[in-house]
Formats: sequence, C-alpha cells, structure tokens
Amino acid sequence: MKALSRLYIALILLFLYAPVAVMIVFSFNSSSSVWVFEGFSFDWYKGLISDTTMLTALEHTLSIAVSSALISTVLGTAAAVGILAIRKKLASSAVMSITNIPMMNADIVTGVSLMLLFIFVGNLFGLHESLGKATVLIAHITFNLPYVILSVMPKLRQTDANLVDAAMDLGCTPFKAFFKVILPSISTGIITGAIMAFTLSLDDFVISYFTCGKYQTLPIVIYNMTKKSVTPDTYALSTIIFIAVFVLLILYNMLQTKSEKQAAMRKVGAK
Amino acid sequence: MNKKSFGSQLLAAPHIVWSIIFIVVPLFIMLYFAFTNADGGFTLENVKQIGLYKKAFGISILYAVIATLITLLIAYPMAYFMTKVNISSQRMLMMIVMIPMWMNFLIRTYSWITILANTGIINTFLKSIGLGPVKLINTPGAVILGMVYDFLPYMILPIYSVMSKIDKSLLEASEDLGSNAFNKFRRVILPLSRPGIISGITMVFVPSVSTFYISQKLGGNKTMLVGDVIEYFFNAGPDYYNVASAISMVLMIMILVCMVIMNRFSDDDSEGVII
Amino acid sequence: MNKENIVQLKNISVAFDEQVILDNLSLDIKDKEFITFLGPSGCGKTTTLRLIAGFLEPDEGDVLFEGKKINGVPAYKRQVNTIFQRYALFPHLNVYENVAFGLRIKKLPENEIKQKVEEMLKLVNLSGLERRHIDTLSGGQQQRVAIARAIANHPKVLLLDEPLAALDLKLRKDMQKELKKIQQQLGITFVFVTHDQEEALTMSDRVVVMDGGKIQQVGTPQDIYNEPQNAFVADFIGESNIVDGKMLKDFYVEFSGAKFDCLDKGFDKNELVDVVVRPEDVDIVPVDKGMLTGVVTSVSFLGVHYEIIVDIGGFKWMIQTTDEHFVDDKVGLYIEPDAIHIMKKSEYSGLYGDYSSYSEEIDHLSDIIEEE
Repeated sequence: MKALSRLYIALILLFLYAPVAVMIVFSFNSSSSVWVFEGFSFDWYKGLISDTTMLTALEHTLSIAVSSALISTVLGTAAAVGILAIRKKLASSAVMSITNIPMMNADIVTGVSLMLLFIFVGNLFGLHESLGKATVLIAHITFNLPYVILSVMPKLRQTDANLVDAAMDLGCTPFKAFFKVILPSISTGIITGAIMAFTLSLDDFVISYFTCGKYQTLPIVIYNMTKKSVTPDTYALSTIIFIAVFVLLILYNMLQTKSEKQAAMRKVGAK
Repeated sequence: MNKKSFGSQLLAAPHIVWSIIFIVVPLFIMLYFAFTNADGGFTLENVKQIGLYKKAFGISILYAVIATLITLLIAYPMAYFMTKVNISSQRMLMMIVMIPMWMNFLIRTYSWITILANTGIINTFLKSIGLGPVKLINTPGAVILGMVYDFLPYMILPIYSVMSKIDKSLLEASEDLGSNAFNKFRRVILPLSRPGIISGITMVFVPSVSTFYISQKLGGNKTMLVGDVIEYFFNAGPDYYNVASAISMVLMIMILVCMVIMNRFSDDDSEGVII
Repeated sequence: MNKENIVQLKNISVAFDEQVILDNLSLDIKDKEFITFLGPSGCGKTTTLRLIAGFLEPDEGDVLFEGKKINGVPAYKRQVNTIFQRYALFPHLNVYENVAFGLRIKKLPENEIKQKVEEMLKLVNLSGLERRHIDTLSGGQQQRVAIARAIANHPKVLLLDEPLAALDLKLRKDMQKELKKIQQQLGITFVFVTHDQEEALTMSDRVVVMDGGKIQQVGTPQDIYNEPQNAFVADFIGESNIVDGKMLKDFYVEFSGAKFDCLDKGFDKNELVDVVVRPEDVDIVPVDKGMLTGVVTSVSFLGVHYEIIVDIGGFKWMIQTTDEHFVDDKVGLYIEPDAIHIMKKSEYSGLYGDYSSYSEEIDHLSDIIEEE
C-alpha cells in the first residue's frame, strides 16, 4: 500500500513537471527548434539580453507588479482593519462579498468588464486610446485586493483585542498603538499578501490582455510569440520567470514556517 | 466606544469606493453594453444572438465538466496519499505541487504541443519502437488534458488542506467503533473532506469553462469555446463589443448559478461537519 | 479609614444596544486600598474597571480622579494602568521590551529604563529572563511580566481584570499572596475584579459585591460574610440557608415554625424578613434537644467535614458537621443567637438558599460555565 501510494505521487508529479522539464530542456537547445534537441547552448539566454521588446515588457511587468502590490497591500491592510471594525454583520458581509467577486468570477469576465469601463469612460472624455499603463495597473490592484485582505484578516482576528487597550493603557495614542502593536503582530499576513499580489500580477495574462492596449507586459509578449511559431527564446524567458517565482515561493514558504513555529512555541509556553 | 470603531471603519472607505468603481460599476457597464447596439440604443438583438453560440456554450460546459471530474479523480487519491507521508515531506510536496501553478500558464499549455505533436516527444518515442504516429494534438482529448493539467493543483490543494486538518482521533474513534478501512474512508474521511472537494470543483470548473487559450493551442482552431468566442469578438472591434458583452454576461450568470448550487452543497455539508 | 478618595464614580450608567450594563452606580475608592469588585459574569464589574481605565465612557454620570472629573480623558493620559485578563503581552517583544514599553513611550533615557526594568523584574522574581520571548514563558511567568509592565509606569491606581483566572489552583493561591505583598510594598491602590468569592475575601481590604449592574453591598470581607445585606450576597459569598421569617420584636424572630433569640433589631413589628444561617453554624443534637427537627436526605464526605442535607418541613437545609450521620436519620438542630442573621426582604428573596435541588455536580458545572 505504501509503495503504491508513493508510486502514485511520483506519477502525478511526473505529469505536473513534464511540460516544465520540456520547457527548461529546450531553452538550452542550440538550434531554433522546440521539437528536436540538437545540443546544449546558452544562446537563447544571451539573445534575450539584446531583445528590446522583451526587455521593455519585463520592465513593464516588474513596474506593474511592484506598484500594484504596494498599492493593494496598503489599501487592503487598511480595508481589513476597517471591515473588521464594522459591527453590522450585514454591512461587513456585503463588503466582503463585493471584495471577493474578482477572486470568484472568471478572469475573462473581470477583464472584459474592466475593459468596457475604461473604454466607456474614455469615450466620455473623447479619448482616442483609453487603455494603457494606468488601466493595467488599476486592473491588477483590483484583482490583488481580495488576496491581500484575505491574508491580513486572519492575522488581525488572531490578534488579542486587548493589545491595543494595553498599549493605550501604557501611554500610546490610538495612532501610535496601531503602528507599535497591531502592525508588528500582523506583519507576516501583510508580507504574505504582498508577495501573493506580486506573483499574481507577474503571472497574470487574461485580465492584462483585455486592459493593456499597447502597453505590453511579459505574458502578453509571450502570448504574441506563441501565436506565431515558438522559438526557444520564449522558453528561456519563461525559465527565468519560473526561477524568479520559485525563489519568491520559497521565501513565502519560509515565512509561513516561521509563523507556524511561533504558534507552536506559544502552545508549549502556555503549558 | 462607538466613536472609536467608527474611526477604524473609515479605513475601509478607500477600498469600498475602489470596489464599487472597479468591480460593481464595470459589471453594470457590461450589462449596459449587452442591452444596447453600437449607437447606444436599447436592443434585445445581442441577447437573441446568443442562441447562435449554443454549441460553444455546450462544448464549454461539457469539456469543463469532464475536465473537472477527471481532475477530481486524479487529485483525491493524490491529496489522500499526501497526508500519509511525514509532516516535513508534506510541506515539501505541497510546494512541489504548487510550483507549476505559478509558471506562466501560456507556456505550461504550449509545452504540451512539444509533447503531443505529430513529431513530438510521444510520437517520436512510439516511432522508435516501431509504432505508428498517433493523433494526439488538435483533438478534444488534448483540450481536456490541457484543462486537467493547468488546473490540477487547484483541486489537490484545497482537498489536501481539508484532509490534513482531520483530527486523527476521529479516525481512531471510527476504528474503535468497528470501522474497517473502507468504512473509515466512506463514513469519516469522505464526508469531512467534502468542503475541500466543493472548493476544488469550483476552482477548476470556473477557469475551465471560461478559458480561451487552451482550446486554441491544443484543439487547433476547430473547437470554439465560449472564451474563444468572447475573445474573437473583442478582437474584431468596437462594433462587436455589444454581442461579446451579452455572451460574457451569460457566461457570468452561468458560473454564478453553478456556484450557488455548489454553495448549497457545502452548506448542507457544514452542518454535517458540526455534528 | 479616613483616607482621601482617589477614584470616585458618581451616578454612572452604561448601556450597550439598549441593554443596561451599569445602573446609576456610585462608589468611592480610597487611596492605597485593595478593593475588589466581586460578582457573577455580566454583573458589570469589568465594565466598571474599563470606565476607570478610560476604555469606555459612561452614558451618564462622572468619573473623578483625585477629585477632578476625567470623563473624556483618553486611556493613554490617565495615571492608571491595567493588568488584562489574558495579560495582553505584546507577542513581538521580549520580556525586557514588554516591561520597557510604557517607559519608552514616555521617552525616558535608556539607562533609566534599564534600571527601572531590572527593578521591576526583581520585584516580580523574573530577573534573568529579560531576553526570553513571551511565547516561551509559562502562564505564571506571563502573569508576572504583565504585573511588571503595568507597575513600571508608577500608576497611582492599578486595575486588575481577573488576572488569576487562567492559572491553576496552586499557582493562583501563590499569586494571591504575592499580589497582596506587592500592593503593600508599592503602597498604591489596587482595584481587583474577580468572580471567585474566596479570592475576594482573602485579598481585599474592601469588597464590592455586584449584580445586575448595581452594587449589592460594599464592606470589609468580614462584613460581607457575616452581615450580608440581601439574599444575593448571602448566597454568592459562601453557603447559606435562607428561609422566610417574621420579626416578632427586636432580638426575637420566628422561622420554620419555631421562635429564636437573635442579635438583630430595628425592624417593624411582625415584619417579614429573610433569615440567613450559615451551614457551619448549625449544631446537630438529639431530636428531643433540637429547636428544629428534620430528616437527613443526603450525606457527602468532604474531608474536613460532612455536608448533610436535612429536610425540615419541606425546606432543605445544608449543614456542615464533623460527626457522621446517615440518610433517613431523624436529627434535631440547635442554632445559637449569634448564628442567626436577619435581612430585609429584597428582589432576591426566595431565589436562593434552598438546597432541595442541590447536587455537587450542578454546583461544579455552574462554576465552569461562569469561567467561560
């Protein structure tokens, strides 16, 4: 039974990683084929450095990912505090339902509806081209917000409500109490939310596709490449992104482990 | 006290305003487009036209349902076996399952062409052992495979996370009360893991039914899914936004209905969990 | 006890969502005293504490500190500090930084902070644990850090909100003594909240018994135990048999069908009253020598004594005795005049003091529910 379950796990992992392996292997192909491996080379990686379309797209992607992650983290953290303070249950659950729409809805519908909003408003102002960097940024902030709120909220709930009282009791103003006591206790939630927002933004294709206009991010460039015939440079680029995301995930995982360890220690301490 | 919590409530204001402008209003604008013509006049023409895309809707739902079922069948044992290894390996395994999910989904999908194509890895292998090429790419099977592959982690993770939280003493209690392995699974593990199954199904079904890339790459251009139709019309220019909005609206409502049905299941279930 | 009043509450009322929590409550707290608010959960004792701390403003009435009205003064400007129920220690700071927290807010120089923190940790016997993380401390140690943190600020009044509730019995007893010692050493006012009557009696100079948002009685532990003012107080503090009686004249009362000498006076002739007799004050005697007679219906052995229930004319009395008796024994009861305490009739009359539904288990269960 044990051997059987190990075998099963191995098979599923093989299935999950087969395309990844294909991608990585062919990114080192010395010929331009993605069908036949002819020899090992770094040429495609070198080629990327001089590919201006790609470099611009990379810059766009990073700029959008960083700014949307920052803005949605600030907005979302404030929102989490605010929503928990709403005492009317109906009101707070209404806010949460709206918040969760982009997470539950199909990406294509979110993308299309945002695109229509931007075009509609653009037409009102007589703009010729209403889609661009600003609209991608807005779209990314919008779909990042629920993830930030959902990672901050549980941490806030775990935080002892008396901590704020205790800080004020010892002389803190409410403002100071938030920064000295609440923020440190929810910091892992905030960082988790920020990392999630960053990776989601980095990876998003569907929503960007409908809202970017001529402002191309990496997934859009990749999409355009796969429309024509693919050469290993696409794979090389994806391999780089894959490794970047991989590092971020490890970071995220380490944070999770750390906060779990703290929780475990707390349990031991209580005994 | 009221004054204090009111101050905190204000912190949610920017987010609420943001959500209304960029979540609620766009949906209403989509609704507006769906019921107007290119000149802005009211019309039911777009909604009537949806009938033309019955086939796309039908195929989308059929493929998504098949893909979701296969994903569930593959993922459930995987999640179960994952809870059986030791804790530190579990964490590792979870990471390993998650990582492909964060790889660009276009590339993830595209790589399958290299594997499935007539001159691809599988057929090259078959040829080397003397078997004829098998048509794998540009078939419905390839599209469904793409869906299963792309969204499998979304099924494994929620089921695993629910299963790993099942109290071990419940399993011992069921053995103590005379359950054999099969009964333990059927009467304890399966009902307790249902919330994970429900959320897994939603997380796989929604992107499957609305996808527009997988079918183009792995199904050739023969299979048009709803997502493809929407994308096609939005690329065709502003004159077609209205029809595309109507189709998007129907897609959204369809998804909404599925979610409500699903939620009903999980509500029933939460009672079961409490008892 | 003619000390200056440090905190005064004048006609305080508080309501949440129409539900009255405190009802026209007035109380003077004397400087340097150990005063305890005692009552069941929901009686308003914690709310009163939060009013003094400044976490809550009264709907009506005034809070005075050293004679000055402090309504509207926020918590961080008040010269009182609080020890919270579950300590509310900052999980992201170590022991030293938790104690130093208030001092840092005050922006004291570093060497002064260091000196003060060390002094406080010494006072609560935690020297050497400065660098320890809060999560690694035991419940008792966390409790001590909370005390050190609160008194490092040199408050004039220390508020303690059920600080010992989370500790096990043995530790709780030790901490009771220690808190009392610290209070005497520092010479400041302690305002203590608890639902544990024994804790209140052992530690306090004065006890305030509360129920339903009202003060039922204020007095020394001896007053509260020996001279309860109504059936609620009599029942909440210790065990009591409370029976209906009639005051025939001064120093003479009738209850359970017999007439007794007593030490109380000042009631109207034939006024209906509640009569309290503590279980340990009843002597069991042969039937022919008894002032009352009854039948034993249950006996439980508690170690130091037996607790027996005696049915007297349908009313069940609890009696504590060192002699063994058996169920269905007929016994006589003898009650000294000083064992009888007379109370005026109140809204609580008839609610308490009959042991007919008494069982150890139920008593124990209600304790658990209360703690939750």
